Amino acid sequence: MSAHSHAHDDHHDGGASHGTYKSYVIGFVLSVILTAIPFWLVMDGVLDSKVATALWVMGLGVIQIIVHMVYFLHMNTKSEGGWNMLALIFTLVIVAIAIAGSLWVMYHLNTNMMPQMDHDMIPSFG
Amino acid sequence: MFSNPDLLHFIFGRLSLDSFPFLHDPIILVTLLGVVVGGIAVVGGISYFRLWGYLWREWITSIDHKKIGIMYIILAIIMLLRGFADALMMRAQQAIAFNGAEGFLPPHHYDQIFTAHGVIMIFFVAMPLVTGLMNFVVPLQIGARDVAFPFLNNFSFWMTTCGAALIMASLFVGEFAMTGWLAYPPLSDIVYSPGVGVDYYIWALQIAGVGTLLSGVNLIVTIVKMRAPGMSMMKMPVFTWTSLCTNILIVAAFPVLTAVLVLLGLDRYADTNFFTNDLGGNAMMYINLIWIWGHPEVYILILPAFGVFSEVVSTFCRKRLFGYSSMVYATVVITILSYIVWLHHFFTMGSGASVNAFFGITTMIISIPTGAKVFNWLFTMYKGRISFDVPMLWTIGFMLTFVIGGMTGVMLAVPPADFVLHNSLFLIAHFHNVIIGGVVFGMFAGIVYWFPKAFGFKLDEFWGKMSFWLWTIGFYFAFMPLYVLGLMGVTRRMSQFDDPSLQIWFIIAAFGALLIAGGIGSFIMSIVVAVIKRDKLRDETGDPWGGRTLEWSTSSPPPAYNFAFTPVVHELDAWDDMKKRGFVRPTSGFLDIHMPKNTGAGFILAAISLVLGFALVWHIWWLVAASFIVLIVGAIAHTFNYDRDYHIPASEVVATEEERTALLAKQQA
Amino acid sequence: MANTTASQTEAPVFYLKEEHHPETGTMLGFWIYLMSDCLIFAILFATYAVLGQNYAAGPSPADLFDLELVAINTSMLLFSSITYGFAMLAMEKGSIKGTQIWLAITGLFGVAFVGLEIYEFHHLWSLGATPMRSGFLSAFYTLVATHGLHVTFGIIWLVTLMVQVAQRGLIVENKRRLMCLSMFWHFLDVIWIGVFSVVYLLGVLG
Repeated sequence: MSAHSHAHDDHHDGGASHGTYKSYVIGFVLSVILTAIPFWLVMDGVLDSKVATALWVMGLGVIQIIVHMVYFLHMNTKSEGGWNMLALIFTLVIVAIAIAGSLWVMYHLNTNMMPQMDHDMIPSFG
Repeated sequence: MFSNPDLLHFIFGRLSLDSFPFLHDPIILVTLLGVVVGGIAVVGGISYFRLWGYLWREWITSIDHKKIGIMYIILAIIMLLRGFADALMMRAQQAIAFNGAEGFLPPHHYDQIFTAHGVIMIFFVAMPLVTGLMNFVVPLQIGARDVAFPFLNNFSFWMTTCGAALIMASLFVGEFAMTGWLAYPPLSDIVYSPGVGVDYYIWALQIAGVGTLLSGVNLIVTIVKMRAPGMSMMKMPVFTWTSLCTNILIVAAFPVLTAVLVLLGLDRYADTNFFTNDLGGNAMMYINLIWIWGHPEVYILILPAFGVFSEVVSTFCRKRLFGYSSMVYATVVITILSYIVWLHHFFTMGSGASVNAFFGITTMIISIPTGAKVFNWLFTMYKGRISFDVPMLWTIGFMLTFVIGGMTGVMLAVPPADFVLHNSLFLIAHFHNVIIGGVVFGMFAGIVYWFPKAFGFKLDEFWGKMSFWLWTIGFYFAFMPLYVLGLMGVTRRMSQFDDPSLQIWFIIAAFGALLIAGGIGSFIMSIVVAVIKRDKLRDETGDPWGGRTLEWSTSSPPPAYNFAFTPVVHELDAWDDMKKRGFVRPTSGFLDIHMPKNTGAGFILAAISLVLGFALVWHIWWLVAASFIVLIVGAIAHTFNYDRDYHIPASEVVATEEERTALLAKQQA
Repeated sequence: MANTTASQTEAPVFYLKEEHHPETGTMLGFWIYLMSDCLIFAILFATYAVLGQNYAAGPSPADLFDLELVAINTSMLLFSSITYGFAMLAMEKGSIKGTQIWLAITGLFGVAFVGLEIYEFHHLWSLGATPMRSGFLSAFYTLVATHGLHVTFGIIWLVTLMVQVAQRGLIVENKRRLMCLSMFWHFLDVIWIGVFSVVYLLGVLG
């Protein structure tokens, strides 16, 4: 595995950047806040609208993921010559395609093929 | 002791004397006898010539990417024989099972055969061919000494092989799946497939999948990190580019297969309700998910073949590849587009007009970059000095055949047409047209092209040409009738037919399959004859075809370290550039070379995985627990070994290089 | 590599006279592996998203989930993130003792997380909400347990690395392994953000 484990490896370990005490603490505090808010929103039923609550939960989740990426995983455009970021973006695109695509496909399938379950009989020419 | 059924059940799980089909099926009995006799001959031969130590030291434990690549291809050729035997049996059965005749295969056996044929051909023939070729060629093309993770490479190979071994075990112990190669539920659920067949399927693919995924990671990192100085992304050989994209597809697609098979496995083993008919399961979700893997898989197979053709065309036309950058962009576009076409495999599921229209259009769009590539190859040939060596023949055969397959694919991409053709023999003809005409022809072209690099002598040309013509003509005989039958509405996976007017088409197809059998035989003959005549066919220059990329700059076969000095790249087609600008091969100043050490850990861990898989198939729970624990402990123990590399001393490098200097001098004299 | 710019009149330099050391690819390779793992989770999320409403007349998320427990569990993972960060800082300072202590604390938080999850599963099971009950529960257990198995594997790996650091100290290989585990551990945090948002919070919201 370590075909190239030379003494000077730690000088260029692919440019993976390291955190500092300050960056870890900032990341931690932000994560705590970003975790606490959605739990509070749901547990105390702060907002009247369920849709609004759901959007807040999702939005804060996305922000927290970015916080983790930046402060804990030290993601930036430079580490590993940009390949880390490229791999991440590609993966996120595929993840989005797989999840959104599956939901879209299966939703239409259920609408067209099982109308008696959730819907009135709709004439379907799909 | 043996009278106690509970104890027997504890020790052997579901395994019993009834599990051995050769006890009542003469076809399997004959096969088994053949395998036993052949196995004894091989083992006896190896023992007689005292080769066990050599095999263990030089091959089984080798972490040399060249040897691993060769072993992948040997695995693929062996599995090709098995998969093709299945094909011949199917063709024979369909040619005779008319007018009430039942043929020689009962449905129970026939269904296993078409499933095994598909699974083996895709996972254990096409995949190892592709991976093997990439393994052998990519490090040489980028001027590297090995892959990024040599131990993982060895482990990946043995995981793939153990997956293949598990499938082969199903031939003699128990049965294989009777579900078709993608094992759609609810048929593959425990209710409708209570036997071990689907379990063999699941665990063979999971074990091999680990190998495939790791080898994907390995080759990506190799290409990204280990290119020779000066080789920027746009100076990479096209085969390396297509390999990069293929491995990206592997890493981004195989986890989907793993996850889907885990869910299917949970339905079977833990009684969950993912794909069941009741309690909130949804079988169509399986079909949706498995094709999210399945469509990229098609491009995983074809992209390296495109790479091979690009190398072959420019070498045998003595020209730079026409439109290098458009070739690269086309490859990248295909990589991304291949993720948004998966629904075209199940237009008839009923997602409706909007969904079908979207996926129909994306499918048509993906044919555009592919078409661009065909034009690039044609323009490379235009005004080139074409020499019709065997790799070039395969390439021309590919261009004609693949275009037909591509166009029937675009027909299938039209949803209303697909509603007529879905699950018909037209589909079977289409995908064999692209897989044989594309992947298989590409891999043969690649094997013939790089064989002299791997072994130092060319393959026999007569038998190579025989193989090409028999394959090509055989292909048209075997699959054009299937297009006709498909248009007439004949569905796939049938073992018997009522309508006697169809029979003639199946007989023609069976004749085509026999021609292809001759093609496979000729290919093997071309190896055998070449080994016998190796002194006549020997290439001492290292560059028998007038190659253009770095792998032709080193000796054939290359030394363990590939390059005595790391090459520096200035141009695309680096070796061609070196030859044109007066490269002088260095003959002094050699240094110690740092290399990874061989290890048996990969083989051992994979073998334990095989035992684990077998125990899971047969519900031998004590063995599951034991082998799982041994696997984890073994893997951890391996990480305690820090002594993983060594130096080839400069004196040894000097000796190797001087030998080559002498050979080259003799050539020139 | 400076000598690649030889003048065009004479033959350019076509090979390196000194040994070539490509950068180690371990960190990039491990990151790519994590991306593939991410796709496994993506499929499990997609399955949960599609099957998550199929209660089959059984319990729904609002009937089952105890958000206070989930909040405590989430905090375990969050604490373990920062303590792993401190372990990395100690490693960079070259402090074996500091590294080991923070690693041990991280591991304990991990054990607490897995323990709470097992407790939760046991509780749900005792209510009859088993994975066999409905498509929703199958998808729920599989998604959450896959994450839990990853954490369990991370703990085993962490203990292994503690032994190796004790044996050999903070040598290059061990540092690289600690950095890989760091990525793995923080990656599991990221997945957990998705789990508690989508499965628990949106589930209880209904």
